[in-house]
Amino acid sequence: MMSNNASNNDRLNVVGKPFRKVDARAKCVGQTKFADDIVLPRMLFCRMLRSHVPHALIKSIDVSKALAVPGVLAVITGKDLPIPYGILPVSQDEHALCIDKVRFVGDPVAAVAAIDEDAAFDAMNLIEVEYEPLNTISSIEEAVLIDEPRIHEYGDSGNVHKKVSLEFGNVEEGFAEADLVREDVFFYEGNTHLPMEQHAAVAQFDADQKLTLWSSTQTPHYVHRALAKVLEMPASHIRVIATPNGGGFGGKSDPFNHEVAVCKLAMITGRPVKVTLTREEVFYCHRGRHPVLMKVKTGVKNDGAITAMHFQSFLDGGAYGSYGVASTFYTGALQTVTYEVPRYKFQGLRAFTNKPPCGPKRGHGTPQPRYALEVHLDKIAEQLRIDPVEIRRQHLVAPNSVTANYLRIGSMGLGKCIDKVVEGSDWKNRFAGWDPANRKLPFGKGIGIACSSYICGAGLPIYWNNMPQSGVQLRLDRQGGVCVMCGSTDIGQGSDSILAYIVAEILGIDPFDIRVVTADTDLTPVDLGSYSSRVTLMTGNAAIQAAERARELLVMAVAEKLGLPIENLSLAERRVFDVENPQVGVSFADAVVLAESKFGTIGTVGSYKPPHSPGKYKGSGVGPSPAYSYSAAVAEVDVNPDTGIVVVERVWIAHDIGRSINPMLVMGQVEGSVYMGLGEILMEEMTYRTNRNVVHKFPSLLEYKSPTTMEMCDVKTYLIEDPDPNGPYGAKEVGQGPLLPVPPAVANAVYNAVGVRIDEVPITPEKVMRALKDKARGRDPRYGPAGVPAVAWPDPLRVLTPAEGGDGTEMPRVAVHS
Amino acid sequence: MNSKRQIRFRLNGEDTEVAFAPHKTLLEVLREDLNLTGTKHGCELGECGTCALLVDGRSVLSCLMLGLEAEGREVKTIEGMANGAELHPLQQTFADLGAAQCGYCSPGFLLVAEELLQKSPNPSRAEIQEALSGNLCRCTGYIKIYEAVELAAARMRGEAYELPKESVYGLE
Repeated sequence: MMSNNASNNDRLNVVGKPFRKVDARAKCVGQTKFADDIVLPRMLFCRMLRSHVPHALIKSIDVSKALAVPGVLAVITGKDLPIPYGILPVSQDEHALCIDKVRFVGDPVAAVAAIDEDAAFDAMNLIEVEYEPLNTISSIEEAVLIDEPRIHEYGDSGNVHKKVSLEFGNVEEGFAEADLVREDVFFYEGNTHLPMEQHAAVAQFDADQKLTLWSSTQTPHYVHRALAKVLEMPASHIRVIATPNGGGFGGKSDPFNHEVAVCKLAMITGRPVKVTLTREEVFYCHRGRHPVLMKVKTGVKNDGAITAMHFQSFLDGGAYGSYGVASTFYTGALQTVTYEVPRYKFQGLRAFTNKPPCGPKRGHGTPQPRYALEVHLDKIAEQLRIDPVEIRRQHLVAPNSVTANYLRIGSMGLGKCIDKVVEGSDWKNRFAGWDPANRKLPFGKGIGIACSSYICGAGLPIYWNNMPQSGVQLRLDRQGGVCVMCGSTDIGQGSDSILAYIVAEILGIDPFDIRVVTADTDLTPVDLGSYSSRVTLMTGNAAIQAAERARELLVMAVAEKLGLPIENLSLAERRVFDVENPQVGVSFADAVVLAESKFGTIGTVGSYKPPHSPGKYKGSGVGPSPAYSYSAAVAEVDVNPDTGIVVVERVWIAHDIGRSINPMLVMGQVEGSVYMGLGEILMEEMTYRTNRNVVHKFPSLLEYKSPTTMEMCDVKTYLIEDPDPNGPYGAKEVGQGPLLPVPPAVANAVYNAVGVRIDEVPITPEKVMRALKDKARGRDPRYGPAGVPAVAWPDPLRVLTPAEGGDGTEMPRVAVHS
Repeated sequence: MNSKRQIRFRLNGEDTEVAFAPHKTLLEVLREDLNLTGTKHGCELGECGTCALLVDGRSVLSCLMLGLEAEGREVKTIEGMANGAELHPLQQTFADLGAAQCGYCSPGFLLVAEELLQKSPNPSRAEIQEALSGNLCRCTGYIKIYEAVELAAARMRGEAYELPKESVYGLE
């Protein structure tokens, strides 16, 4: 078992301190080179022609006029790149350029390389494509009802990409035991990452037939694999370098068509080729939050204890698979990790539609069900006349336990999180119970609570293998220099800095002494990428292992030189010294010289692979994680009953971080997560003119509403430090989890303010006004979906829960059919 | 292809001449013809504030200004914000307090904040919010940016100012 140094926390010099990020100054003086900042001699510019129709067969493509434009060196189409790819092995359904058909407005059909962008643009507009239109599928409901035309020739049926059905324990027995069984339906509209940096990539093909791609990607390793496949080249001849991402949030986690296209164009022309997407094209790349329609049915005892839960989700996947199969499972995976759910059934369906593909956005597949679950619980609490704090606080999952769906929980700080936000918000004096007669806040002012949890890295890699998920290599040179190399990708979250902090801690040097080399498939050991909140935990553990191995070499060499026992030596303040007599010692650089003299060139490696999950049933691959972070939030809102405008005035949020490697960066992630959750609940939506060609309504930064400084709320943050044994120094994730409680906390606060339930995200003024009008007319004071489509679900795969003596495997199908 | 036009202007305190196609925006001229890639773009339609810089001391969206319009003007980009090797106080505080996460919007924020502090050395939180409302940031939730502006402003006024402990460690 790897040491995580958790026992030495009182002696930490770097971990837990608010150091600035190692790359922060470069970012503040304009020195950081993002992908579009790269300029190479004789570089060409690429533009891609995208479909203006949502669903059509491609009858012909004529590029002759484009090729005749002065300055144009190459035009490629789908037949030049016939091999499909996709992020998941089960969804290899994309082509860099469409071959036979287009599936959404924005699907690329051709790519041009020219000596400047103007020539590329002019040529792009001269490409003639003849389309034969097909009927479109624009919604979950249509996809479930209409089998033909199929958007893809694979999937579970018609336009249903994937159906899953899992049952842990017998939920009907659980409902029979309940004092109250409640059912609610919710809809969470899709939204997008909106990174400030538009995707960009530069490809170069050397005279020695080696290809280099610089790209704003969160997952250089997966891009590397996709390029090798599509270009039919040995991966050893391809180098992928992820440039610092100008924001990612999940939107740069797929291998993208523009990355493949510039590589191919560079190979054809022998010149470097750059592509930079326009903001409109970024909306078409998408891979953002799936729109999800949800039905949740829960049985509870009178004290709020859950006896069983049945959750159904229907995902609008857009035109391609992307991460969608994983997203589907994620909409059903983490319902069980906050409050005890002894019996649990999940049914999920992902539909193909003629819209930009959905994928992973911050919280991947879990903000939608978390919103539904937390609003649903609020309604149950009201029905049972239980304080919404207590219905949560009294039924928490126990630390060091295994859930009904076989997720192993380690540290669990949600109770402390709830206590902090309840105290901070003065909840007890301001909520004052469900009886309107007892209200203390004036009409229009409201307060609401919600909780959540998120994974600290997916337990399994995206493609099956037995190798580490993260590797770190450390090189020490005789001048005292330390270089840490890791495939991880800094997307602004500070992953480069985390490596430097941890190595500096163990080697007793300053983080700014260290050279960090990351995200370069030629130079750095594989890390799977910046997704699933895996980076601090996995690269951190790998860095600890590499640094402890280096430390051991230094200590052995110095001990021999000084004639001291090994255990007497400590590393700090750039020295290796005798703890009993600190004046006796050598400088760090001299220690490296001693070690190099004794052992030869000093280099060490470390790697990390998550522990095995207790779940062994089919579908158990999504949800397991080395650790789970927890968050609780209270939102305070002001709802104007005349306009329906919701102003979120303040959010109190407590996050169970395990341990902060750098509290300042943790605070930044919490505040940024609150911000993004606020955008999702109040305004952000990817919506389409379904009656007009399924065109995106507003693919622009102005009209796609996102919070500015004027909408951002005050945030009161609490960090709960309850170190997790699987985390480096006990650290858990913070990049995604704190987003999750914000949308439902706001929705619950809106109800508290004006007595209407908005069961659909975002909560726009129109929806609030509709619900207020219904309330005034004596109708159901609710805005939201009426129901879910009727679907023939497959028999669930049944798994006995741990409490029932299950071993994590599914029961034989034949024996359980009922 | 359009023939190039030449202009003269002051760029980051230096006399500069540059020739470019006349339809180019100042953003494009800086990035493509002068190799100053510190100025970023997020939309090229004037929607996001990412390309903001200072022209004659006033913040301007460089994607909405033709390069030709810079003739004879004083332009300051992020590359010219530091005083030699010494960072501007705003650059220091943005770096030190985590106001730059991905850093892509930071150049625009920094220059707009510099303009604010020129006009208003002791801005209230509401003034800072108003001044920065044309710049979008997707990472920070703006809070670390406000704190960085407030700390830099205090330092520029020569006042001792300590960031509240809860800004870094959270509330007790």
